[in-house]
Amino acid sequence: MQTFDLEREGLRALNSSLHALKGQTNMTAWEVINPRGAHAIAAGVDAPVDITVRGSTGYYCAGMNKQATIRIKGSAGPGVAENMMSGTVIIDGDASQYAGATGRGGLLVIKGNASSRCGISMKGIDIVVHGNIGHMSAFMAQSGNLVVLGDAGEALGDSLYEARIFVRGKVKSLGADCIEKEMRPEHIALLADLLKRGEADGKARPEEFRRYGSARKLYNFNIDNASSY
Amino acid sequence: MCGIVGLFLKDPKLEPQLGAMLTDMLITMTDRGPDSAGIAIYSGAKDGLGKLTIQSADPAKDFKDLDGDLHEALGQPVTMKVKSTHAVLEVPLDQMEAARSALAHLRPGVKVMSAGDSIEIFKEVGLPKDVAARFDLSKMRGTHGIGHTRMATESAVTTMGAHPFSTGADQCLVHNGSLSNHNGVRRELIRKGMTFETQNDTEVAAAYVSQKLKEGEDLGSALEAGLEDLDGFYTFVVGTRNGFGVVRDPIACKPAVMAETDQYVAFGSEYRALVNLPGIEDARVWEPEPATVYFWER
Repeated sequence: MQTFDLEREGLRALNSSLHALKGQTNMTAWEVINPRGAHAIAAGVDAPVDITVRGSTGYYCAGMNKQATIRIKGSAGPGVAENMMSGTVIIDGDASQYAGATGRGGLLVIKGNASSRCGISMKGIDIVVHGNIGHMSAFMAQSGNLVVLGDAGEALGDSLYEARIFVRGKVKSLGADCIEKEMRPEHIALLADLLKRGEADGKARPEEFRRYGSARKLYNFNIDNASSY
Repeated sequence: MCGIVGLFLKDPKLEPQLGAMLTDMLITMTDRGPDSAGIAIYSGAKDGLGKLTIQSADPAKDFKDLDGDLHEALGQPVTMKVKSTHAVLEVPLDQMEAARSALAHLRPGVKVMSAGDSIEIFKEVGLPKDVAARFDLSKMRGTHGIGHTRMATESAVTTMGAHPFSTGADQCLVHNGSLSNHNGVRRELIRKGMTFETQNDTEVAAAYVSQKLKEGEDLGSALEAGLEDLDGFYTFVVGTRNGFGVVRDPIACKPAVMAETDQYVAFGSEYRALVNLPGIEDARVWEPEPATVYFWER
């Protein structure tokens, strides 16, 4: 286990050590202590390592993550796991705005609540939120799955493309072109897998969720509407 | 981008450390606002006395013998404590308006930063650590206070453009964001009799709240009304003699984190600003909801 004291050694030293890990490494377990809300902790990691951050983080923790499993033993500031490519990010506490924004792959698990714009413009990432999510979540989300065990705020899935949204609780309002859709057996199976991987299978059953998706009326160019574009 | 910090103490034992705690929080927010910094501190009222915090670009000239000159003009003793470019005048409460008029006449170059029985405001251009050192902020005591680090967008980097803005007795407001309808709102407020020192958007928000309070509304309903009338991006933190309020616009792009323990309620633009507070590990930490008014009063 490599223990890194962020307060003593600094962010650049941490991130350059993590960026230096290429391909196979025997330094597979990392612990970051004293994060104290610092920005960009473990951003840009590209190695199959396990990193535990002991405390709360500031902006852009685990941004652009590839391969790594990153655990935050606290809450995360804005833009956690932004543009994640692969790997797993697990947050014990809450996440601030735009968690998992533009994420292309991997799994983001938020055990508390996520605030506004969770999964905005997501492009393939899977996000499992054990609590609630704020307004404008999954705005223009293109692909991937957003699973919410609690409630969703206003304008969920506004201008949605092909991402799937599953919400167990109440949805305050749906955004433009986002509609409720039928839960078919393949969605139950997909959700069961996501809940398990998101460490939420003991908390909720797939049958308790509703599915939301795109009505596909907004994002296709429609020649009949040419004059209004 | 700007940085906001705020602290409302519930435990009087912390009052001697308010300045030190707020200063530490303020300096942590330097990279959100390195242009200028300011702090409003509520240090408690003295019987029958009011406080005017004043500022001068030429303090050596303007503050020389000012207490004596005011004593002569008012016929009542006035004490003055000079801190760099600012000074705090203690004036009998019933002489506050007279003191302001005398001041305008005696020292036309002097600006009034705040007036009230508890509030003191210190603000200047420069890095937060330099501003804090210049005014010895860490030595100040008080019941609650608000600090701001500014990255200017809507108006020039000047002392008067720094936050907090005070537009009513014992009131102040700081802002992260930018308003889009401030010119229109300013014209309305001027029509109602408010006066303005700057072209700054935040001063309009401060005056808006002051006008509502003048019309008899409480802080909560004044901030509720602002959600309708003020357009743009904002996280506001507002101070009054007894209280401390927070509101974010409905889009809530501008960050805000709050923490509450038995000893205090704290506000920071980022969690980083709160990490040195006592007992933060066990505090209830949350993000204020959009378009929701929070306030605490003693």
